[in-house]
Amino acid sequence: MSTALLEVKNLKMHFPIEEGLLFKKQVGAIRAIDGISFEIKAGETLGLVGESGCGKSTTARTIAQLYKATEGEIIFNGRDLASLDSRELLSERKNIQMVFQDPYASLNPRMTVTEIIAEPLIIFKNRGLMTISKKEITERAEFLMEKVGLSSFFRNRYPHEFSGGQRQRIGIARALALNPKLILADEPVSALDVSIQAQILNLLADLQSEYNLTYLFIAHDLAVIEYISTRVAVMYLGKIVEVSSSKVIYKKPLHPYTEALLSAAPIPDPEIEKKRKRIVLSGDVPSPDRARTGCYFYDRCPKKMEICKNNIPELTETGEGHHVACFLYFSP
Amino acid sequence: MIDRNDVILKVDNLKTHFRTDEGIVKAVDGVSFSLRKGETLGFVGESGCGKSVTNLSLMKLIPSPPGRIVDGKVLFHDRDILKMKENEIRGIRGNKISMIFQDPMTSLNPFLKISTQLVETIILHQKKNEKESRKRAIEMLELVGIPAPAKRIDSYPHQFSGGMRQRVMIAMALSCNPEILIADEPTTALDVTIQAQILELIKDLSEKLGTATILITHDLGVVAGMCDTLNVMYAGRIIEKSDVSTLFSDPKHPYTIGLIKSVPRLDKKTGQKLYSIKGQPPNMIGMPECCPFHPRCEHTMDICRKKYPPVYDNGSGKTVNCWLFPAEPGNYSDEHKSADEHHMTGGAV
Ligand SMILES: Nc1ncnc2c1ncn2[C@@H]1O[C@H](COP(=O)(O)OP(=O)(O)O)[C@@H](O)[C@H]1O
Ligand SMILES: Nc1ncnc2c1ncn2[C@@H]1O[C@H](COP(=O)(O)OP(=O)(O)O)[C@@H](O)[C@H]1O
Ligand SMILES: [Mg+2]
Ligand SMILES: [Mg+2]
Repeated sequence: MSTALLEVKNLKMHFPIEEGLLFKKQVGAIRAIDGISFEIKAGETLGLVGESGCGKSTTARTIAQLYKATEGEIIFNGRDLASLDSRELLSERKNIQMVFQDPYASLNPRMTVTEIIAEPLIIFKNRGLMTISKKEITERAEFLMEKVGLSSFFRNRYPHEFSGGQRQRIGIARALALNPKLILADEPVSALDVSIQAQILNLLADLQSEYNLTYLFIAHDLAVIEYISTRVAVMYLGKIVEVSSSKVIYKKPLHPYTEALLSAAPIPDPEIEKKRKRIVLSGDVPSPDRARTGCYFYDRCPKKMEICKNNIPELTETGEGHHVACFLYFSP
Repeated sequence: MIDRNDVILKVDNLKTHFRTDEGIVKAVDGVSFSLRKGETLGFVGESGCGKSVTNLSLMKLIPSPPGRIVDGKVLFHDRDILKMKENEIRGIRGNKISMIFQDPMTSLNPFLKISTQLVETIILHQKKNEKESRKRAIEMLELVGIPAPAKRIDSYPHQFSGGMRQRVMIAMALSCNPEILIADEPTTALDVTIQAQILELIKDLSEKLGTATILITHDLGVVAGMCDTLNVMYAGRIIEKSDVSTLFSDPKHPYTIGLIKSVPRLDKKTGQKLYSIKGQPPNMIGMPECCPFHPRCEHTMDICRKKYPPVYDNGSGKTVNCWLFPAEPGNYSDEHKSADEHHMTGGAV
């Protein structure tokens, strides 16, 4: 039984809504994440899926300490990140790296590929957190370029000289520079064409087995999530509504939202598509700007019951490793 | 059912090129296809392969400079749109042939009420008076599933969600009963649950109104559920054309095969490793007259590096441009003759 590398407990991230020009007064909050708990075991991939605005990116960013959580714990490697002083936090941060959807926006256009990949090493060296020579830094950057499938021949080129897929490779090489344990990949293949998407997914899988990496992998494409993940967590409106092994959740989804997502996802086979019956959800994802006293999915749920209106279902284990937050499976 | 002979649009050897600092981009380079009444025709292929430029060219909507339609015919009921005067085309655009795009705000004015925009479109194209047009506008909003349309018609676009704006754009596009609806990545920016709603809507309405649809997308799942016929594009040309079920059950071109295999599937166990096509699409400047897919292909032969492949036609509507299927003289269909003659300049096969 492998142990949890990351454990998130009742995490909340509320962004204040403020009013007033001179004296800002908080008048409300965007509840981007509203009490989520999960763990990721060393070496596994947890897939995080849900419609846009449900809080996936905020989850990754809060774990990466880009935001200060409103409430809850983020326990990495056995230590609560909130309890660390800034130096300890910085040195732990090297173990947690992010890969973004838009590699172009996340890469400095005025730096060469080697400079981009080497930058984290230089930062750690300058802060005295690492001893590494200039030559070693260059060597490492070139090694990483080759590792992610870019010829080091292009070491002095700039991001705009690369295609989208190649830029994503640069972003991955940079994330690997400090030898991290956990990679938070926020929609890393969403902007790529299928043939390139397949290349990047395979690269991520290869790197994972070679370096025993642990991934939090965010996507809105359910088939991509199924392919890459060991376990899958489904998010809706700042809440996790279902978690299970990738195998089980796709075969036997429990939460009505998971069912709807799966039924909406198009399958590239005309014979299957012809026969499919879709669960069509009405309406859009509501804005997370108010506190809720009932199930977060109540407004759109095709199976809603009276009890769902004024009770919040907590994520509850209903089968081995299968957790669901829905009163169809238990009572409040 | 589709009447195979009822061709309303016939595109022949269309070529649209762009002049750039790096050289001439042959964005569309000899595209031929036809669209039949009531048919849903899909265009698939990875970004930059020329899907949008092909369809913008049909309506002569290519920014010039840098773009120019350098060759070809676009026959709409046997009349060549490319030869029409601008005011004549204006009578077709948005009236007989309508377009919808990925971003609804390319068609909606943010400063005008929905009512103003819809009513104006209807008055312009349908010679109805203001009152009748407003009635028709409300009917259209109702048809596309906008709740309380009589009230919401006086809202501004920003008061609608992304999915709702997409519905309004569809209402606008269909308000004049067009014969052809061209939908360019209409659901790419939307979540799957909203995508399902919008696709359902396009399918229902085009069936109900008898509209022929051209659907452009990079999503093979979307075309599988929506289209009767598919054109697969690569580097500015259609490289395979087929009815949708044969395309998926028996793809012929190595690119089509690769594309289908690289998509992870929900309904099947994907192996340990996902199939992937090596390399990346070519940039379309100064491309030699060879098969543009040959650097990525698993079956490259000598001839592939030297000449563009002929069009193989199986005689029942399926065509493939690949040297694995060398065309026999009897196999040339009319539709492709001119395109072929061009590719083959300098020698017969
Ligand atoms: N910095 C921020 N300030 C205020 N609201 C934010 C901020 N970041 C995200 N949000 C809001 O939080 C919600 C969740 O956003 P996000 O985590 O980006 O969702 P996802 O990645 O699932 O699309 C959205 O309603 C979004 O508008
Ligand atoms: N205004 C333009 N100037 C220069 N090149 C263009 C212009 N518009 C499109 N192109 C080029 O034409 C090719 C085809 O583009 P497009 O039809 O938009 O591709 P798709 O819709 O298949 O993604 C691309 O290589 C693109 O860079
Ligand atoms: Mg996001
Ligand atoms: Mg396009």
